[in-house]
Amino acid sequence: MSATVLHDEIVPARAPWTQTLYAGQTLRIVDLEGNQAVDFLVYAADDDAERYDAQATIAAQGNLFLRTGSILRSNEGRSMMTVAATNVDYHDTIGGACSCESNTLRYGHHTKSQHACVENFLVGNARFGRGKRDMVSNINWFMNVPVEPDGTLGIVDGISAPGLFVDLKAEMDLVVVVSNCPQINNPCNGFNPTPVRMIVTGP
Amino acid sequence: MSTADPKGAQAHARAQGGTRVEAMPTLPAPDGLIWEETIACGGYATRRLSRGARLKLTDVAGDACVSMLVFNAEMPTERLNVADTAKVQWSAYLGAGKLLLSDMGRALASILEDGAETHDLFCGASSEASNAARYGDGANFGAHPNARDRFLLGVAKHGLGRRDVHPCVNLFKAVRIAADGATVFEGGPFRPGRSLTLRAEMELIVVLANCPHVIDPRPAWTVTPVKAQAWRGPITPTDDSIRNGAPEALRAFLNVEDYFAR
Repeated sequence: MSATVLHDEIVPARAPWTQTLYAGQTLRIVDLEGNQAVDFLVYAADDDAERYDAQATIAAQGNLFLRTGSILRSNEGRSMMTVAATNVDYHDTIGGACSCESNTLRYGHHTKSQHACVENFLVGNARFGRGKRDMVSNINWFMNVPVEPDGTLGIVDGISAPGLFVDLKAEMDLVVVVSNCPQINNPCNGFNPTPVRMIVTGP
Repeated sequence: MSTADPKGAQAHARAQGGTRVEAMPTLPAPDGLIWEETIACGGYATRRLSRGARLKLTDVAGDACVSMLVFNAEMPTERLNVADTAKVQWSAYLGAGKLLLSDMGRALASILEDGAETHDLFCGASSEASNAARYGDGANFGAHPNARDRFLLGVAKHGLGRRDVHPCVNLFKAVRIAADGATVFEGGPFRPGRSLTLRAEMELIVVLANCPHVIDPRPAWTVTPVKAQAWRGPITPTDDSIRNGAPEALRAFLNVEDYFAR
């Protein structure tokens, strides 16, 4: 990247992270240690009832997977961000975020007190006055959710590796809300949540 | 009939009573039902349903596409979560015996009967923008209403707004997932009369919009009416086969039963 680095930060394992991005800036997310799911929501800065819409994104591109060239669409059908580059084959946007509540269904009630992505999203969004109504289906960068021919789907071993990244170009002014996924009951983080690096560049 | 004065206008208005059209509610609902309504092409409807109620949707003419939102009526911040619905049940496709799960780890509804087996968890509601792209315009007041704006009206009637229009399920039109992740539309038209019956597992608000599917490739805006019928039913017993059909389902019901322990 030859553009000016505006922000460079390591997000600890299990932590939330928020960042305002202006149109034209690029966010690079680096999977430092490999196969670390980065749960991701994005809101329009000037009207946060406009937000990432996984279904509109899938419908418009005709494919579940996010790859280089994918356009992240809002619930108003507008282009919010473009996947400018990634060296991971594909990323997920159907798996949603882990929550304390859904963990009880997936693994049992013994997981109720474990930290979860929805907790991070709620904390990150609370800074901006947003709450539970503002939670929608998210993106999971570096997470692998294949769908079998009979419809069976699941979070399986990742296809990322240490140092791989995704570059996201802001097409409008945005607020990004991230949960560096703390899940330890499935392979989305290789059963070992790790830090990720966030680099914002601008022209 | 003159409408030049109030008495004439009153007579003119009252003379319209009793008109029957295809898309309208039946009041009072027929015996045994608590709701019967045929939802227009491009129309919407919304209803509060009690725990245990059954909701049957019938694709009367074979080309309906029902986009649906579901809320916990007691606490509408709890709503359908399509990602959890797929992920927790390890399945991309809805069908008989499957649950619609909330974002609080609870079963909002069970699918008791599914004579269609062509539904979609992935592509969501059409919007003004998506309809404008395909049909030239997508405004609610025009010839090509879109599901998202129908949802806005439906939720508004429960005091909810834009932030509450959550990712939806589409019923009667299928999106299959190819090996490379491509979305493959299976849109019929199908034989008339296919139906789907849901059982409310909590106190629900449902919002239904009947608009062409967002990836329906036909150049003409095409949809046919859908009939909604609801009736009272027993709360799901602990020996229910859907409740006990999978460990994840059982825990979703345990969470519902725990919620109603009051």
